[in-house]
Amino acid sequence: MASSLLELRSLQKAYGAIRVTDNVNLSVRPGELHAIIGPNGAGKTTLIHQISGILSPDSGQILFDGEDVTHLPMHQRVRRGLARSFQITSILPAFSALENVALAVQARSGSSFRFFGKVAQESSLNEAAMEYLNVVGLGPRARVMAGLLSHGEKRQLELAVGLATQPKLLLLDEPLAGTGHEESLRVIETLKQLKNRITIMLIEHDMDAVFSLADRVSVLVYGRVIATDTPEGIRANEEVRAAYLGEEEIA
Amino acid sequence: MTQMTQLQSAPMPSAATRLDFLPIAVFAAFAVAPFLASSSGAEGYVLSLLTRVMIFGLAAMSLDLILGYGAMVSFGHAAFFGIGAYAVGILASHGVEDAIIQVPVALAASALFAALTGAVSLRTKGVYFIMITLAFAQMLYFLASSLAAYGGDDGLTLPSRSLVAGSGFLDNDFALYGATLACLLGAYMVSRSIVGSRFGRVLRGTKENAIRMEAIGFQPFHFQLATYVISGMMAGLAGCLLANQAEFVSPAFMTWQRSGELIFMVVLGGLGSLHGAIIGAAAFILLEEFLPEIVHAATFFLNDDLRSRLTENWQMVFGPILILIVLFARGGIMGVLRRGSHG
Ligand SMILES: Nc1ncnc2c1ncn2[C@@H]1O[C@H](COP(=O)(O)OP(=O)(O)OP(=O)(O)O)[C@@H](O)[C@H]1O
Ligand SMILES: [Mg+2]
Repeated sequence: MASSLLELRSLQKAYGAIRVTDNVNLSVRPGELHAIIGPNGAGKTTLIHQISGILSPDSGQILFDGEDVTHLPMHQRVRRGLARSFQITSILPAFSALENVALAVQARSGSSFRFFGKVAQESSLNEAAMEYLNVVGLGPRARVMAGLLSHGEKRQLELAVGLATQPKLLLLDEPLAGTGHEESLRVIETLKQLKNRITIMLIEHDMDAVFSLADRVSVLVYGRVIATDTPEGIRANEEVRAAYLGEEEIA
Repeated sequence: MTQMTQLQSAPMPSAATRLDFLPIAVFAAFAVAPFLASSSGAEGYVLSLLTRVMIFGLAAMSLDLILGYGAMVSFGHAAFFGIGAYAVGILASHGVEDAIIQVPVALAASALFAALTGAVSLRTKGVYFIMITLAFAQMLYFLASSLAAYGGDDGLTLPSRSLVAGSGFLDNDFALYGATLACLLGAYMVSRSIVGSRFGRVLRGTKENAIRMEAIGFQPFHFQLATYVISGMMAGLAGCLLANQAEFVSPAFMTWQRSGELIFMVVLGGLGSLHGAIIGAAAFILLEEFLPEIVHAATFFLNDDLRSRLTENWQMVFGPILILIVLFARGGIMGVLRRGSHG
């Protein structure tokens, strides 16, 4: 395996005159939790879109697990182990929580070009899905329609769906956004458990969460990575203080 | 709409079980109808009307598979009616009169047309998908109109109904009715199986949120295209039956108005339940058939002149009635039944 699981080389993306991704070089090491922080509109989501394959960069390269995936469609990246969650919750609202996860399990277990046999009764899919729901603490809500879950529960469901694809690298776009206190503690707890098992790239505005979870932090400002360091290093970094972190947050 | 789809896959056993009998009731009604028809004294008329109901039910159900489950609004579904019908008509005019050859040819031609046009159409979304499916169907319509050897605009009359393995039993109206019922039931069971299968779950998921499906590793296009092909083949089969029922084929089978009627039947019955489309087709065709009488009876209080003019121009009433049903019976007939069984 390469020394980095994900490597971005000179990634560029502009919307008209605005450079949303400005010559980004970044590497995510196997096993680490790599946080990306930065002010609103810094280009974090756009970066995740390019890594996951929803958007293609104007130039530059994305290497995943030693392979160039810059031009692969999203579903093929997912099959290579590159999963993501969405900042704006993206689930199947008319499916139950269990079905949402079972579908992700189905995607990587056998052909889905099967026209006979009731999928809802495939216990291997349902049991695996139930495990992921338990990991994120949604087990008791398995039968509830996803559209009827609370906002925080939907965030947990997104996480479970991402895990069910069995990723090597999980890209999480603000998993705590809009969650209540209890729910956010729950998600942070879940991330702590996952941390040692899979590599995670975490975008998050909640600085307490970021500094307690991350092994390394990259700071993105106006599309540029201005620093990548350990949480302590980032706290001490003058340029980061000036550009982004308020004095009180660091204290 | 959303509410309807939610009810559908929701774990609401009470409502579900109370409506579970509905498909059985529909097919039971089709099964006993011929016996009632033979005692009615007008059996020829009743049989041919109900055979048409089932043929359109089959086509509407196939459309529901792509429209109700796959959210693909095809405005060209009547093209497959035409392909099925012309396969029978053209082969028959060359002396190939056996359904054992006609039907496979019709299905293969439908599948090919669906695969080619679907592969192009599915690269577009929304209104563009509607327009491009319409455009492909219109191409086929004009092609059929220009086939001078096969009657052009006027169409062509079949020498007789299709043989089945050399036997001419379809000439009997009861036999054609039975064969149509068997096709409808078979297609229903296949469709029912598909929507509940692994494949069907991916299709339903794509309708809900295609990006999410890609984000868990599916390529929605393949599933949509496969459904489009299956749906086209079922509608092609309906075309074979229609040719036999009418003993005639013509470009009129695949006008855009006909495609529109099929969409109407599906919406009228209620999207995404399969048997709803069959009920919608029945309601549409029976309403169309009996509206002149209904209008005549309902306008007893008007003077004779006005009454007869209204009855003659019943189509004027038909459109508004359909619009009212769609506006006020949200979720179509199935939506009304579901709300009824909840209350
Ligand atoms: N499709 C688009 N067309 C034009 N500009 C866009 C588009 N999408 C995003 N932008 C702009 O690109 C910039 C980066 O957006 P992005 O969503 O990546 O920021 P972000 O760092 O995720 O912000 P937040 O913390 O608010 O989620 C913003 O200025 C945004 O307005
Ligand atoms: Mg964002």
